[in-house]
Amino acid sequence: MSILVNKNTRLLCQGITGSAGGFHCGQMLDYGTKLVGGVTPGKGGTFFESGSHRVPIFNTVKEAVAATGANASVIFVPPPFAADAIMEAADADIELIVPITEGIPVRDMVVAWRYLQGKNTRMIGPNCPGIITPGECKIGIMPGHIHTPGRIGVLSRSGTLTYEAVGQLSRVGLGQSTAIGIGGDPIIGTRHIDALKLFNDDPDTDAIIMIGEIGGANEEEAAAWAKIHVKKPIVGFIAGATAPPGRRMGHAGAIVSGGQGTAEAKFEAMQAAGIHIVRSPAEMGRKMAEVLGI
Amino acid sequence: MKIHEYQGKEVLRKLGVTTLEGRVAYTPSEAHDAAVALAASTGSPVVVVKSQIHAGGRGKGRIKEHSTDEVLEQVLRGEDNVAGKGGVRVVKTAADAAEAAKDLLGNTLVTKQTGIHGSKVRKVYVEAGCRIARELYLAILLDRAKSKVLIMASAEGGTEIEEVAEHSPEKILKVWIDPVVGLGAWQSRELAFALGMSGKTVGSFVKLLAGLYRAYDQTDASMLEINPLIVTEDGECLPLDAKVTFDDNGLFRHPEVVEMRDLDEEEPQEIEASKYDLSYVKLDGEIGCLVNGAGLAMATMDIIKLYGAEPANFLDVGGGANKAKVTAAFKIITADPAVKGILVNIFGGIMKCDVIADGVLAAVRETGLKVPLVVRLEGTNVELGKKMLAESGLAVIPADSMADAAEKIVAAVRA
Repeated sequence: MSILVNKNTRLLCQGITGSAGGFHCGQMLDYGTKLVGGVTPGKGGTFFESGSHRVPIFNTVKEAVAATGANASVIFVPPPFAADAIMEAADADIELIVPITEGIPVRDMVVAWRYLQGKNTRMIGPNCPGIITPGECKIGIMPGHIHTPGRIGVLSRSGTLTYEAVGQLSRVGLGQSTAIGIGGDPIIGTRHIDALKLFNDDPDTDAIIMIGEIGGANEEEAAAWAKIHVKKPIVGFIAGATAPPGRRMGHAGAIVSGGQGTAEAKFEAMQAAGIHIVRSPAEMGRKMAEVLGI
Repeated sequence: MKIHEYQGKEVLRKLGVTTLEGRVAYTPSEAHDAAVALAASTGSPVVVVKSQIHAGGRGKGRIKEHSTDEVLEQVLRGEDNVAGKGGVRVVKTAADAAEAAKDLLGNTLVTKQTGIHGSKVRKVYVEAGCRIARELYLAILLDRAKSKVLIMASAEGGTEIEEVAEHSPEKILKVWIDPVVGLGAWQSRELAFALGMSGKTVGSFVKLLAGLYRAYDQTDASMLEINPLIVTEDGECLPLDAKVTFDDNGLFRHPEVVEMRDLDEEEPQEIEASKYDLSYVKLDGEIGCLVNGAGLAMATMDIIKLYGAEPANFLDVGGGANKAKVTAAFKIITADPAVKGILVNIFGGIMKCDVIADGVLAAVRETGLKVPLVVRLEGTNVELGKKMLAESGLAVIPADSMADAAEKIVAAVRA
C-alpha cells in the first residue's frame, strides 16, 4: 500500500513527444510504471517508442482515456500551454494530474486552479518532481534507483531536497511508502496538509518526513493540523533560514500571511506541533532512525 | 521583474487609468524644463521631484552623501521626523525643481528598504502637484493561501502597510477576485464605503480600481501597490505612487514590459546569471555555492551557516543544466571577490553528475582555481562524476554527504 499511486495506476503523458517528456517517459517505463498512452495534438495514431516499449499517442486526453482507461496524467507541456493541458485532463475526469512543467504564469494557474474546484481531480504540482511509490509506480522526473520500498512517507516542495531525504533514509535502511514533491510554485494543487492527511490515513505509512521552505503558510497550516490529528512520528526541516528577507517574496506578500513565512516561524510551528525538527538538512534520515528507535 | 514608478504609471495610463501628469528627467535642466511644461499645462507651478529607484520608502529616505551615520541609522529604523530632506521633494518653482534634481541625481538614496548600501539615483520623475484631502493604501497581489488574487485596502495611506498589519490588522480591508468573474463593481463599492467615501468619490474609486485591476490582470503583474492612493480636495481618486512587479513566468507574452527592465538597478552578477537562465542571488558571505534545485540550494546555505560560515550566494543551476551553464555558473561565483571558498552540492536526478563534473573542470581549467573547492556529488552517474574529478589532477576536495561537504569547506576557508 501507499498513497495515490501504485502498480494499478494507468498513466498518460501529455507532451510525450517533447524532449523532456520523451526522455522521462522512457525512464518511467523502465521503472515499471504502467504508461498506457501519450497525448500530442496532431500526432494521434502514431506511437512513442523507447527500448522495447511501444505506447500509442492520441490527439486528445478524452480519446486517450476512452481507449486506455487511464486514471492519471503527467504533464510535460511547455509553460504557455500547460494550464490548458491541466484543464483538458480535468475535463476528461483524470483522477490524478501531475504537471512537472516549471514556469507556468501565475495568472494561468489562478484560472486552472479555479477550474479544478468541485471536480473529482487531484493535482500534484505544478513545478514539481512528481510522485513515486518505490517498486510500483514512478510518475515524474526523480531518479528511481535511489528509492527503496518501505514504510516512511516523504513530502517536500522541492525536488532535489526530496531526493536528499530519500537518499538519507535509504542509507539508514529505511524504505519509503510514497515520496511526493508537491511543487515550488505559489499555486499548487496538493499542499503539505493534504499530503499529510493522506499519509496519516495510509496504514502502510509508519512515519513521515515533512520538508518545507520559506514563504507562504502551508507548513504552519500542516503543523497545526498534525498537532491535533497525526499520531505517527514526523521529522521536519525547513529550508531557507539564511535566505535574505524580501528577495523572493513580494513586499506586500508577507502581510497576507500575517508575519508567517520565515523559516524560524515555520520551525516554531512544527516544534509546537510535536514534530521532530532538524536544523541541519543532513540529519533527516538519522533523526528518523533515532525517532523510530532503530 | 520590477520597474520604476514612472514606468508603472505609463503602464497604467496605457490601460486607461488617469494619473497626474509627469515627465522623467536625467539632468537638472531637464527637470527645470519639465516643471515649466507642467506648470503651463496644469496652471499651477507646484511640482514634485521624485527619485526613481526600485526600492520603496523614498520620501523618508535620505541622501547618503549629505547625511551623518546617525541620520542613516534613523532612516533604516524607519523613524519619523529625521533631519534633512527626503528623496521626494515638493517645490514651488522651476528653479527649485532644478535645484532638487541637482541634489538627488548622481547621489545615493538610503531608504528603509535599500539597506545601508543605498541605491544610486539616476533619474527623477517630475510630477504635477495636487491638493490632497486623504491618503489611502491599496494593493493587488496573489493570496497564496486562497490561490486567488487579493485586493487589500486601508485608510492608513502613506505609512508602511507592514506597520498597519502588525498593529491594527483589522484596518486592512480585503476582497478576493473570482477569475471567472473578474473584479465586481460591487466589490469596489464595498471597499469605497468601508473606506468612508461618499458622493462622487465612490464612483471615482470604482473606476480607478477597475482600471488598476485591468492593468494587473492584462500585464501578468504579481503585485501592484498604490501607496498612497489619494482623494483630492475635488473628490477625485488618483494613484500618487505606483509600484508594479511582474510575474517573471508571464514575461514571455509582454515584450513591452521586458523593454522596461533597468539593468542599473540589478547586481552585475545577477544580470550575468539571468543570461544563462541561472537563478542567482548575491549574499554577503564568503562561501560560494553551486547547487541543483532551489530547495537544496537554500538547504546548502543553511548548512554552511550551521558549520559557522556565511554563504556568498544562492545559485540554482536548474534541473536540465548542460556543461556551458555549469561553467557559466562557476565563473559567476568566482568573479565575486568576497568568495573565499566554493561548495558544489549536486543531487543528480535528471542532472547527471558527470555533466556537472565536466562543467566544473572546464571552468577551473579556464579561470584557474584560486580558492578551495569542495564537491559533493550524489545520484545519477555519481561514480563517473567522482572519477572524472579524481583523475583531473586538480585540487578538488571530494565530500560524501552534505554535512561532510559543509565541514570541509568551512575548515578549508578557515585554514
